[in-house]
Amino acid sequence: MGVLEIGKGMGVTLSKLFQKPVTVSYPEQRATLQPRFRGRHVLTRHPGNKPGEQGLEKCIGCSLCAAACPAYAIYVEAAENDPAHPTSPGERYASVYEINMLRCIFCGMCEEACPTGAVVMGNEFEMADYRYRDFVYAKEDMLVGVNGSVPQRREAAQKGKPVRLGFTVEGGPRKELEGVKYE
Amino acid sequence: MPHWLVEFIIVLLKAVGVAFALLTTFAYMTLVERRLLARMQIRIGPNRVGPSGLLQPLADAIKSIFKEDLRITMSDKLVYTLAPLIAITCALSTFGGLPAGPPNSFFGANPWVYSLDVGVLVLLALTSMGVYGIFLGGWASGSKYPLLGGLRSAAQIISYELGMGLSLLGLLMLVGSTSFRAIVGWQGDHGPLVLFQLLGFVTFFVSSFAETNRTPFDLPEAEQELVAGYLTEYSAIKWALFQMAEYVNMITASALMATLFFGGYKGPQFLDAVIPGISEWPFIWLILKIAVFLFIFIWARATLPRLRYDQLMRFGWKLLFPLALFNTMFTAFYLAYLKGLGLWPLGVVGLVSVVVLIAASDRVRPLWNRPGVRVLDEQGSKPIGGD
Repeated sequence: MGVLEIGKGMGVTLSKLFQKPVTVSYPEQRATLQPRFRGRHVLTRHPGNKPGEQGLEKCIGCSLCAAACPAYAIYVEAAENDPAHPTSPGERYASVYEINMLRCIFCGMCEEACPTGAVVMGNEFEMADYRYRDFVYAKEDMLVGVNGSVPQRREAAQKGKPVRLGFTVEGGPRKELEGVKYE
Repeated sequence: MPHWLVEFIIVLLKAVGVAFALLTTFAYMTLVERRLLARMQIRIGPNRVGPSGLLQPLADAIKSIFKEDLRITMSDKLVYTLAPLIAITCALSTFGGLPAGPPNSFFGANPWVYSLDVGVLVLLALTSMGVYGIFLGGWASGSKYPLLGGLRSAAQIISYELGMGLSLLGLLMLVGSTSFRAIVGWQGDHGPLVLFQLLGFVTFFVSSFAETNRTPFDLPEAEQELVAGYLTEYSAIKWALFQMAEYVNMITASALMATLFFGGYKGPQFLDAVIPGISEWPFIWLILKIAVFLFIFIWARATLPRLRYDQLMRFGWKLLFPLALFNTMFTAFYLAYLKGLGLWPLGVVGLVSVVVLIAASDRVRPLWNRPGVRVLDEQGSKPIGGD
């Protein structure tokens, strides 16, 4: 009954007319992300269950992430730790750690290559900006505790309001992102 | 002021009013269509410009007026400019012939711009003239996709115009007049014509989808195959004029179906028992019926995929045309031999044939549209020209 099949199809579209749209009005409403979503990198710190390591950066400046990066987006410069005030628990730490977010393809190879679990893919993605140089994220833009991307923090500083992220992560960020909270 | 001048000015004002109303309806039809399509696809649709997107047509209008009007090197300049004008002129001038209420009901004036005894024929003639706009536009663009679109449009309209005209023939014989007012009057006396010309209505309904280039018959501007068909080389206001023509044609087709088959400007008479005289209110009923048909146009667009070109031709010539012919022949037979029985035989035959069509739709299709592998001939080459 070919015509009835058409009628059935028309019925489907008509019933969808009364269904609530699934659209998320993104800038006003928050998008919901899955925890495995690969967004802007986070440089994690030791959470502090071992004495002497508390709050130290996990990154030891080995450049394995830079070697693994297929897009050559990562630049690392290592330096010796000052024994009195170490930055990381090992001998060396990353004195410069930069990721070019325009080159980055968010593949997560850096995270896989990292021997200490220092660089972890976070869930942030709202990094749109105006100038090329603002896309090179330095260490202080990616360390745990820095909330929001560079343009978001700039806007928040101009307006005097806290950074507002446009997403929530379903079930919270994954456990590798120690100490990261997306609110 | 002499009498004829007063008449002339009133008619002119009405004409401007109708054109203005049609263009406003067009503008908001685009918004309504996008919103409805969005909702049927479980989206929200345009809601950014103005409160809940209500100023979107205004923004679109400003955009299409101020966009760069491209000059196409390979185009035939005169025809290229003339084509959208032909399309919109024919589209706008058709609507004026449709009566929107009983005589003298529009502030003492007649609610139509012109009323001709051959109203239906004039309307059909004007709508088929409108195709020249599309066809010439496609040809004058000097480009391949528009040419294909224009050719498709010409072939499609020629094929479906026949079915369309024939499906009205039974109705015209039954009423015995081609004037819209007489047709509406007849329906006021005997009930809506869809009851007695069901088959004619079905064929007319399907061919009006083809006439207005709407999905599933939107082959002239098939986006996926021909970019935008005849519209490909058009931009800015010329493009907008073509769009206007398409939507105005859609409104006219809806108004035509409402007037010819659903009692026109007269409302259902059983409502008179609730509110006396409600079925005689001008405008409101016609607008309501037009809105229903416009909704069906959008609804079909949200649902149905486009026909392939050979399917379109086969459907038009091998199914629609014979059906319309059958309807005409039967009405003629009825008028010649069965008139004494009253109108019910027409209704019964119309209903039965539509039910049979629906029931047999799957069995009937392979008769014309044979599935399976195409057999190669002895030379091992495919036959030229399709089937």
